Amino acid sequence: MASSMRVRALLKGDVTAITAIVSHPMETGMRKDGGKVIPAHFIQVLTVDVDGKRVVTSHLNTAVSSNPVFNFKVKGAKVGDKAVVSWVDNLGEKGSGEAVVAAG
Amino acid sequence: MKGRLLISAAVVSLGMAGMAWSQGNSATAEIEKYREMLGDGNPAELFEMDGEALWATARGPKNASLQKCDLGLGAGVVKGAYAQMPRYFADSDKVEDLESRLMTCMVKLQGFDRAELSKKPFGTANYKSDMEALVAYVVGQSRGMPMAVPTAHPKEKAAFELGKQIFFYRAGPYDFSCATCHAMTDARIRMQDLPDLTSPAGSQRAYTSWPAYRVSQSLFRSFQWRLNDCFRQQRFPEPTYASESTIALTSYLATMANGATYQGPGIKR
Amino acid sequence: MNVMRRSVLRSMGAGSALAAMLVTGLIRPIQAFAADWSKAAFEAKTVPDGMKAIGASGAAESKDVVITAPAIAENGAVVPISVVSNIPNTNSISIFVDKNPMPLAGSFEFANGALPDVAVRLKFSDTSVVRAVVMAGGKAYTSHKEVKVTAGGCGG
Repeated sequence: MASSMRVRALLKGDVTAITAIVSHPMETGMRKDGGKVIPAHFIQVLTVDVDGKRVVTSHLNTAVSSNPVFNFKVKGAKVGDKAVVSWVDNLGEKGSGEAVVAAG
Repeated sequence: MKGRLLISAAVVSLGMAGMAWSQGNSATAEIEKYREMLGDGNPAELFEMDGEALWATARGPKNASLQKCDLGLGAGVVKGAYAQMPRYFADSDKVEDLESRLMTCMVKLQGFDRAELSKKPFGTANYKSDMEALVAYVVGQSRGMPMAVPTAHPKEKAAFELGKQIFFYRAGPYDFSCATCHAMTDARIRMQDLPDLTSPAGSQRAYTSWPAYRVSQSLFRSFQWRLNDCFRQQRFPEPTYASESTIALTSYLATMANGATYQGPGIKR
Repeated sequence: MNVMRRSVLRSMGAGSALAAMLVTGLIRPIQAFAADWSKAAFEAKTVPDGMKAIGASGAAESKDVVITAPAIAENGAVVPISVVSNIPNTNSISIFVDKNPMPLAGSFEFANGALPDVAVRLKFSDTSVVRAVVMAGGKAYTSHKEVKVTAGGCGG
C-alpha cells in the first residue's frame, strides 16, 4: 500500500490531459489466500471535476488493475483550474486527490 | 527441473537466433508498445510520495528526519545523487549503494539498528516497506540525469572488479553465473529479452530502468530486491541484504551504465 | 449509462431545484453515484447480457470507435487499453473483456468538455477480445480487438 493518490493535469494546446494514479488493491473476490477467498474490494465510481464541473463519471468493475491508472482528456480548461478526482469503493471507502492545471 | 527449463529456453533462443528473430520481430514490437502504454502513468509515483514524506519525518530513537543524510553530493542533497551511486563514503570508509547508504543514515541520524533494518527490507502485499518507499523517492530525484558513477577511488575500483568477478562466477546446483543469461545478444526467455549486461548498450538500458514498479506484484522493487531475484533464479542462496558482494555487483552494473540517462523508476510486467 | 442517470433523476423528482443542480453536476456527492453502479450490467456473465444491461444491444460496428491495445501483453493482470470515439455527441464509452467472468470492466460518461478518450489498465483472465461500446445520440456503436496474454519469463 502506498500513498492514496496522485493526480496530474497538463494543458497542451487546448486539451488538458488528466492522469490519476490511485492506491487501491482492486481485489476481484476470486483470489484465494491460503484456501480463504479474499473478499472483493474495488473502486466502483471514480469522478473527475475540473473548475467545479463534473467532466467524467466512471463506473468500474473488478477487472480494473490494482493501483489503477486512468488517463482522461478535457477541452476548455485553463492553467490554474483545479482538477479533482474522487472515488468510492464497494466497501464505502473513499478518497480524492487534486492537481492544478499546469502548462504541459 | 525449472532450472533445466530455463537453460534449455536460453539455449534454444540462442541456437535458433536467426529464426526466432524474424519470427519474434513483430511480437517484440507489440511488447514494446505494451511497455510504452504502461509508461504513461507509473504507480511507482505513489511510493515516491510515501518516500518523500518519510524522508522528512522525524523517526527512530533519535527522533530525527533524513534531511541531513549525505547521499554523496552533500548533506541533504537528493537531486541527482542516485545517478552517482554506488560510491565511496569517507565516513563509513566503504563503497555503498543507495540502500546501504540509507541504512547508514538511518543508523547515524535516526538511531535505528542496522541488523533490524536489514531483516525485512522488502515489501509484501501486507507489509509496507519504508526502505522501498525511500528508494523510490531518491531514485525518482535522478530521473533524466546522466549516470556518472565515480570510479577514481581505489575502493570504488576494487568494488567494480569484485562485482565483475561475481558477475562471471559460476556456482550453485546448476552451475550458473549472471553471465549465463546476461552476456549474449538477442536472447530471451519466452517473451522477455535478456539484456547483454557486458555491453554498454544492454547494461545502460537495463540498469537505468531499475528500481521499478512491478505490475505483477503491485509493488515497488529496489535494486537489491532485483539482484536477489536473479540469485534466486540461479538457485543461489539469498545474499545478505546490502552486503559487500551485492554492493560490488551493483557497482559493476552501475558503472557499465555510465553515460546513459537514468530513466527510473521503471515499470515492469 | 445515460439510462441509469435518467432513472436516478426521475426518482429524485426531475422538477425540483435540487435536480436542476444535480444536472449541472455541481453539488452531487460522490456517494450518490455509487447508487448508479449497475449490478445487472457489471455482474452480467456474458457480453450480450452486459450489452443489454447498458442499453447497447445490437450496437453497430464502427471504425470510429478506436481501440488502442497491445496485440500481446506481457502480463494479463495489467493490460493497457485506450478507447477514443470519433462519433459526434458521444456520451459514454464502455469497455468489455469478452473472456472475463464479468465482461463489463468499466463505463465512462463524459460532460462539460471532456473528450471521449479514455485509457485504463485491465485484468484479462486469458487471451481475449476487448470490446468498446460507445453511446452517442441515443445509439450504440462498437468495435473490438484481440489481445494475447503471454506467460512471463523472468526478470525484465
